Amino acid sequence: MKDFKGPVLFLDRSDINTDEIIPAKYLTENEKEALKPHLLEDLILEGFDASKDITGNRVVVTRQNFGCGSSREHAPWAFEVNGYHVVIAEGFARIFRQNMYNCGMLAIDLAASDISRLFDEFAGSGAWIEVDVSAGAIEVYALGENRDRQGEVMASIPFEMSGFDRALIESGGWVEYADSHY
Amino acid sequence: MGQTIAEKIFSTHLVDEPFGDVSVLKLDRVFCHEITTPIAINDLQKRGKDRVFDPDKIKAVIDHVSPAKDSKTAVQGKILRDWARKHQIRDFFDIGANGVCHALFPEKGYVRPGFTVIMGDSHTCTHGAFGAFAAGVGTTDLEVGILKGVCTFKKPKTIRIELTGNLPDGVYAKDVILYVIGQISVNGATNMVMEFCGSCVDQMSMEERMTLCNMAVEAGATSGICYPDMTTVEYLWPFIRDDFQSKEAALESYSKYISDDDAEYEAVKTFDISNLEPLVTYGYKPDNVKTVTEMAGTSVDQVYIGSCTNGRIEDLRVAAKILEGHVISPTVRAIVSPATPKIFNQAMEEGLMKIFMDAGFCVTNPTCGACLGMSNGILAPGEVAATTTNRNFNGRMGKGGMVHLMSPATAAASAIQGVITNSPMFIG
Ligand code: SF4
Repeated sequence: MKDFKGPVLFLDRSDINTDEIIPAKYLTENEKEALKPHLLEDLILEGFDASKDITGNRVVVTRQNFGCGSSREHAPWAFEVNGYHVVIAEGFARIFRQNMYNCGMLAIDLAASDISRLFDEFAGSGAWIEVDVSAGAIEVYALGENRDRQGEVMASIPFEMSGFDRALIESGGWVEYADSHY
Repeated sequence: MGQTIAEKIFSTHLVDEPFGDVSVLKLDRVFCHEITTPIAINDLQKRGKDRVFDPDKIKAVIDHVSPAKDSKTAVQGKILRDWARKHQIRDFFDIGANGVCHALFPEKGYVRPGFTVIMGDSHTCTHGAFGAFAAGVGTTDLEVGILKGVCTFKKPKTIRIELTGNLPDGVYAKDVILYVIGQISVNGATNMVMEFCGSCVDQMSMEERMTLCNMAVEAGATSGICYPDMTTVEYLWPFIRDDFQSKEAALESYSKYISDDDAEYEAVKTFDISNLEPLVTYGYKPDNVKTVTEMAGTSVDQVYIGSCTNGRIEDLRVAAKILEGHVISPTVRAIVSPATPKIFNQAMEEGLMKIFMDAGFCVTNPTCGACLGMSNGILAPGEVAATTTNRNFNGRMGKGGMVHLMSPATAAASAIQGVITNSPMFIG
């Protein structure tokens, strides 16, 4: 299993599409690592600066319909090579969501109220999130000066995970799962 | 309880229901192109599993960047080409025979009612026009599809879009789908199959139905889908004539892929399109839709007619009819890209290419071209495109460019005027 924790990148917008996550011109790359400098390069979001805001964070918290548009798995890969293995949102586009689990990464749906709470209580000060997959809970901590985990759990938010999604996470992805089952 | 068409296709293709929450489906078609497939091929090779489940069910094309524009795209083409050869994938389309995947594969008769189809491309939903369940997937799903011939999907929920009334003059399938997306939003059909029906769809050609289904994913849908009818049978007849004694027999067989009257829907939306006007997008989301009348006068730097949405022969005919006897505005550059070699040939025979060229259009070979800003026809920052494609995302046709989606008629009229304008076909 991959690790599912770290400082949070808050992206306060709905309908962030795959072209914003990784523009088409980089789809000529045949190595995932080459996508690293281009994650979220074309994101339209006030106050967001891809050159500063990506490095050092590990978990994305965002709004509705994240990853809409293209089927490019380059979008999850661009997150993966930057050390992001979790996106938490109010909702995902189907293909993006499936691509995340197929790669053994988490795309967690939360209710709008939980997402709003994360933004309202933590976006300003910064946060560290750890996902406990077996317990089905998102644990939120304060962020220390060195962008490390600080103090006690400040919030624990339960989430639902289907049996199949869990199996994909545990086996490391869809290729591994399919290979042993079909 | 009755079933929707998608549920019927799921039940005839079910392999497994792990944990009860997903369906593993047997695939009838796995389509491949050179952008998303090479990484799947490389990964299979790395894993020592360089095999294909059935070379006859896999079809491949180099279409996104063709001819190759640099070493990287040349390598992508080479990986796909070598792999197709090695695994005897006979239906592989290289330069000279290639075209935009979602125009080429239907034209070859590869998609039939009741089929399951995947491709590493979000606009795979186009093929639902034939009464198939056709879904875009990522590279990992594609990889497993190639190797095992299966793919997983959540049990299909369906949103039924009933389109009633007759299309007014100068209003086209593209305007209808832009309207629907504008009404239900880019998230309105997420995780659902978008079923198009009603008298308006019944009257549509297969080309128009493909335009409708093509943009289903822009509302978040897993697949677009239309019911098979005599129009479907007529289109497929050259490919199925040996399988059925008559067209009526084919229709009867395909009629099992029509939703039951008592099927259950997640939502039903009815739209009367009798008074619809030509539409155009204005922002960075396909549901940012206004009438052309509202947007009239917006100046345009580049016009593009082509793509899997609107690069088919009917689209070129409509555009050429408007362009005949005119030249494009001196402030505009215009590109037309017939979606397949067959369409290109047909357009030449009908004299359409001469009209485009006399009007001042640049004609390209069949390819995705300007549609996704990674090949030719890229916009400079600040430039504006009037285009018949399906996505207006920020940077889609080049960093800093603005993309307005519209019908071929509106695009042709806008090319002549140099600004967004209603086509003369539309009498408002
Ligand atoms: S024409 Fe555009 S939308 Fe269609 S397959 Fe090609 S790149 Fe994708």
